[in-house]
Amino acid sequence: MTVQTPLARVQGLGAAHSGTGHFWRQRITALALIPLAIWFVCSALTLIGADRDTAAAFLAQPVNAIAMALFVIAALYHMTLGVQVVIEDYVHDEGPKIALAVLNNFFAWIVGAACLFALVRIAA
Amino acid sequence: MTGLALVAGTLVLAWWLLALAAGPQYYDAFSATARHPVGQLILFGFVWSLSFHLLNGIRHLAWDVGIGFDVHIANRTGIAAIALSLLLAIAVFAYAYAVQGLQL
Repeated sequence: MTVQTPLARVQGLGAAHSGTGHFWRQRITALALIPLAIWFVCSALTLIGADRDTAAAFLAQPVNAIAMALFVIAALYHMTLGVQVVIEDYVHDEGPKIALAVLNNFFAWIVGAACLFALVRIAA
Repeated sequence: MTGLALVAGTLVLAWWLLALAAGPQYYDAFSATARHPVGQLILFGFVWSLSFHLLNGIRHLAWDVGIGFDVHIANRTGIAAIALSLLLAIAVFAYAYAVQGLQL
């Protein structure tokens, strides 16, 4: 039960029925990912071809472990938002659309949990 | 497009971190795949995709606040994003070959 008028409830929601929240979150995560992705490319990716000890020592450093965790979280969140738009734009049947949207979120949670678990194991 | 490619990239990142956490024999399996020429090609595609997505994303954020939206400027920054991202990817691999002992 709400005391809002129907007009007040729909104001700002627009044709997508969810307002500008999705658009805004996509931009905020993009902004957060600028420094994180620069760190990832210029710092973490210099480990390409590195042996195990070098890579493990790098991620055992608290600054690197935290940066990697933040990068993983921000990137996966940004990814689910982006993939959701692709699904909404190109999958028109309601059933597959909902199934893919759910799968999109499950995928990010599984990959994220795996990455964070691994990071804790490496850094601990 | 590069965003969708980077979805696959997250799997590579997860595999790398899990292999690192799981122990030497698991890291050897990852390392052998990554060092294989096909693995290197996939990794190069990942690095280039990410670099391009980063630089092109900065263009998009600038457009959102009304900067650089003129066609001739947008064209120039577009070419710059492609060229710089390729240079960045080449630099990452140059470092891997020169310092980390990666070989073709």
